[in-house]
Amino acid sequence: MPDASAISKPVAGYMAPPSRTADKAFEWLTLFMALTVVLLIVLVGWQLAAGSSGAIRKFGFGFLFSTQWDPVNEEYGALPFIYGTLVSSFLGLLIAVPLSIATAIYLTELAPRWLRQPIISLVEMLAAIPSVILGLWGIFVMVPWLQKYPFAWLKNPHHLGWLPLFRGPTYGVSLLAGGTIVAVMILPIITSLSREILVSVPNLQREAAYALGATRWEVTRIAVLSYAQRGLFGAIILGLGRALGETMAVTMVIGNRPVISASLLKPGYTLASVIANEFAEATTDTYLQALFEIGLVLFALTIVVNLIAQLLLMRFSGESLGRSVQ
Amino acid sequence: MIKTNLLRLSTLCLLGFASAAFGQLSITGAGASFPYPIYSKWFNEYAKVDPSVQFNYQSIGSGGGQKQILAETVDFGASDGPMSDENLAKAPGKLLHIPTVAGAVVVTYNLPDSPALKLDGDTVAGIFLGKITNWNDPAIAKLNPGVKLADADIAVVHRSDGSGTSYIFTDYLSKVSPEWAKEVGKNTAVKWPAGLGAKGNEGVAGQVKQTPGAIGYVELIYAMQNKLSFADLKNADGSFVKASPEGVTAALSAAQIPDDFRFSVVNAPGKDAYPISGATWLLVYEKQKDAAKGKKLVEFLKWAMGDGEKMAPNLDYAPLPDALKDRVMKRISEIQY
Repeated sequence: MPDASAISKPVAGYMAPPSRTADKAFEWLTLFMALTVVLLIVLVGWQLAAGSSGAIRKFGFGFLFSTQWDPVNEEYGALPFIYGTLVSSFLGLLIAVPLSIATAIYLTELAPRWLRQPIISLVEMLAAIPSVILGLWGIFVMVPWLQKYPFAWLKNPHHLGWLPLFRGPTYGVSLLAGGTIVAVMILPIITSLSREILVSVPNLQREAAYALGATRWEVTRIAVLSYAQRGLFGAIILGLGRALGETMAVTMVIGNRPVISASLLKPGYTLASVIANEFAEATTDTYLQALFEIGLVLFALTIVVNLIAQLLLMRFSGESLGRSVQ
Repeated sequence: MIKTNLLRLSTLCLLGFASAAFGQLSITGAGASFPYPIYSKWFNEYAKVDPSVQFNYQSIGSGGGQKQILAETVDFGASDGPMSDENLAKAPGKLLHIPTVAGAVVVTYNLPDSPALKLDGDTVAGIFLGKITNWNDPAIAKLNPGVKLADADIAVVHRSDGSGTSYIFTDYLSKVSPEWAKEVGKNTAVKWPAGLGAKGNEGVAGQVKQTPGAIGYVELIYAMQNKLSFADLKNADGSFVKASPEGVTAALSAAQIPDDFRFSVVNAPGKDAYPISGATWLLVYEKQKDAAKGKKLVEFLKWAMGDGEKMAPNLDYAPLPDALKDRVMKRISEIQY
């Protein structure tokens, strides 16, 4: 999770330091709550590590680099799942980010007032659709459509078929289908957050730009987007966090094949999916431990991806996070 | 998954308390999902036979069922595959396998005009190994004289989730194909040499329906209820058999069943035996710790072997053959409480 400062705008000025007992008590209470969250994360990590300790001892670091997943011979490796998770999440972001931010810009800067609320409600309704329903829609509607039109277009050697990314026989279910369903699932969160952030850009910014004779596009680009870029980046990171852990819907359309292939039209597999698929029927100890370790890898991957994002955010805005909070 | 399991456990506990408050004995079980429809039917019907006891069954999967009965957090477990020696050794007491009903797995396909196909073990194994890749392969043509087979790629679809269905299917392939046994083996989930994974019977059926030239396997019950076309299979006696509950019962009658009831009936002998058949089991300790619960559990099991079995065909499950039922009944009466 990125810290809250990434989303909220900087608060101007200090509050007087708390002095009364009620304030102190409140401070302690909130500190306690904040620590609970930290404790929860630590406990989850510890539980996953404890559950997978046997597999960690048995496979060592090789687990992260092995491409074998063979429950019969008890050989387990996480690489194809890590690859599938990263690729499907990245594809999801690639599709969802431009759509979400464009929607947010339209809603805050351009849309007539009567149209705003209906669109906002619709986007939020999208977030309320259960994952498994989206997955079924994915199998029966989205995948056949993707297979028939976009995939056929991409595969055509006159278009993009010459790229290794779009080669090979296609069955519809694929990494790209997984990425597309991820995009549908993270669209609402990125759109809502981005809209909140754009709404919170002070009107003074816009007025100043208009006063300088900027066009609407220039106002949006210079006054609004550059002002809000940190917040928007934070919204994208939150979306990425969700994308990494999306399970049911992705499982239903990604093809569930633990292989690494260059083509995005080939099936893949994700960390979350293999846990959901195999946990209930795993009977041997090593098998269960390996699935626990997959959970641990997903947990670590989420943390690492978020850390990288935080670092990028710091570089990107040219100042430390600590200062922006003040 | 852990979270949902915990959630289910806590629901179990709540249910337990609730029924205790009404002076009703509550017996809980967990495990296999394949027999869930018939088990819930049984528990509903049995509530009319003996209102003083309430059964709660959670279909959390065979792996979960085995784990929970080993940890003694439930009164009985349920599994679609027999327990391994390794897991049985972990049990704090002698754990009995009580077979209840049986089912079959069928090979379903999507070909233009849905011709009726005949397949044998070698061919099915070849297809799922990725060795036979086109429908006009001579191996398929030889088994289906007179059927016009399209020149189309075969798209293999298998279950992505661990399941008893996959166990029975891979058990069958391991028995009919030495190459499969060596390279892949049998389990609730395996390293599939070819094809794509789809979640659940509905996922496999959906994927097969949408992909021309696809082949997959689903439970017979699912195929019958959804009117899928499936292949006749050549059994150990060399005759082609259409999957049906009767074919499964025939396989059970012909198979050699060991005394601990940990059996596999795939590729069973007998003219009418359907080759990809398998049973499902309840897991019960021989020495029951709680006398009151033990007594009720034994009464229920006896009822299930009698009146319960009669309900099986209506739900498309295969009942156990009479000879086996008698043996199981004898074992049930040996449970101590």
